Amino acid sequence: MKVQQISVFLENKSGRLAMLTKVLAQEKINIRALSIADTTDFGILRLIVDQPDAAYLMLKRAGFTVSETAVIAVEIPDHPGGLAEILDILAGAEINIEYCYALPQKSNDKALVVFRVERLDEAIRVLLEKGIGVLKEDSVYGI
Amino acid sequence: MIWNRPMETMARKELEALQLQRLKALVERVYHNVPAYREKMQAAGLTPVDVQSLEDLRRLPFTVKQDLRDHYPYGLFAAPMREIVRVHASSGTTGNPIVVGYTRKDLDTWSEVTARTLACAGADADSVVQVSYGYGLFTGGLGIHYGAEKLGATVVPMSGGNTQRQLKLMQDFGATILACTPSYALYLAEAIQEMKIPREKLRLKAGIFGAEPWTEEMRRELEYRLEIMAIDIYGLSEVIGPGVASECPVKNGLHIFEDHFIPEIIDPETEQPLPYGEKGELVFTTITKEGFPVIRYRTRDISVLHAEPCPCGRTHVRMEKVSGRSDDMIIIRGVNVFPSQVESVLLKLGLTEPHYVLVVDRVGTLDTLEVWVEVSDKLFSDEVRNLEKIERTIQRELESLLGLTARVRLVEPKSIERSEGKAKRVIDRRKKQ
Repeated sequence: MKVQQISVFLENKSGRLAMLTKVLAQEKINIRALSIADTTDFGILRLIVDQPDAAYLMLKRAGFTVSETAVIAVEIPDHPGGLAEILDILAGAEINIEYCYALPQKSNDKALVVFRVERLDEAIRVLLEKGIGVLKEDSVYGI
Repeated sequence: MIWNRPMETMARKELEALQLQRLKALVERVYHNVPAYREKMQAAGLTPVDVQSLEDLRRLPFTVKQDLRDHYPYGLFAAPMREIVRVHASSGTTGNPIVVGYTRKDLDTWSEVTARTLACAGADADSVVQVSYGYGLFTGGLGIHYGAEKLGATVVPMSGGNTQRQLKLMQDFGATILACTPSYALYLAEAIQEMKIPREKLRLKAGIFGAEPWTEEMRRELEYRLEIMAIDIYGLSEVIGPGVASECPVKNGLHIFEDHFIPEIIDPETEQPLPYGEKGELVFTTITKEGFPVIRYRTRDISVLHAEPCPCGRTHVRMEKVSGRSDDMIIIRGVNVFPSQVESVLLKLGLTEPHYVLVVDRVGTLDTLEVWVEVSDKLFSDEVRNLEKIERTIQRELESLLGLTARVRLVEPKSIERSEGKAKRVIDRRKKQ
């Protein structure tokens, strides 16, 4: 249920993101989702890819500062209040969210959101207890 | 105008004879009065009688800044404390400050050489000299002050800062000579422009600018904006303060007042003396000082000496404008900064790779310091706030050590240029202006 997310440190200068995506393309690694958190000086790129371990190695070899972070991908009912419901469950268990971002969903009527939370196992447990769909990693990599 | 024509235009042969006589007396003095110098000479197998020619100066051991720190505060004084009438000191950002002492005769000597410096800029008894160098333990303010009085000029002892008042009094008192750092002169020029003070309200003719390195471009800027002659002056408190050397109106190097200070240029690596015309580290021996003489003091300033006669008539050798340092010290807003200090902070915190570079720039008239540090895999956090916390921690540590604010910037690993030899730790963008 834990999805491996690739995080990369990017200096704010032109061409770095282009360079990175080129490395992934050469290795035939497909990007499923991406988000960038940025400050004036640097950004942190977060990626969900189809082959996280290979991506990690390739980016490292290409000289990037990379880390793997465990996140969860949660299915959210695609209607108003859907996200609120999930957040309420996590809040009820006093689990803080470090960050989250949406994942594109190709078919079906659910939205997908990636969460980085403290106490990951507990988060998975409470969400499952409430009948929320936490995706298996393989299904995320294969989206 | 030449203040002391007999001394400043003395034939080389006579000057050298005078230097030798004074050098011998100096060596006697320190050998008998300063244990540290005596021990160093003994270790080198020398006694004062071994100094029989100016060439023999080369046999004497060097003195370095660390020697001055090691003997803090009075250990290298060559006169008893009852004869010391003044002390000055460096800011001492790293450990002990450098303390220097002056006897009454030393203050006379100092006034003499700063009077010569002012005369180089055309000052005389009719001049009004606005001294905007800082007063206090720093040698700049009081050094120029006494020289101006010796010259018979009218001194306005402004000290630094308080720009509005500087400019009001500059107009009201009719200052003809401005003495300050070149960066403050530029600041004053900008303020004059902003306040729309018409040039005819000012009587300024010349400026004597020193205490920090500055370029020919900066000279053009100052001469254009202030409509004055801008003269570069050189000095350091370890040697005497301002008044070690000064440009004449020919502006082709700074005349070193050789009847008081013997200059040498050495290769900073091999420590061997270099001939005139070759670039190296400036070394000074003070041959007339009583309170705090130095023998072969390594300044770390890089320059070139020229001995060809100068059209101004002075026979003293000229040093080129200082082009850099043999160590990697940089001066930011008057504060001496060594990259090694930054390194020690990074290593102590253990948060980053020890790959870093100091980027110095000038925004308007203010010097800025950025410290670029490579993030390591170990340090890299997926969370922005953790990285920002690291930046803040480094910044706070640097601020408490250096006493100035540096902007810390995390950069990608391997993005800082690697060097096979000596690492390049400083990018000084101020030099381009």
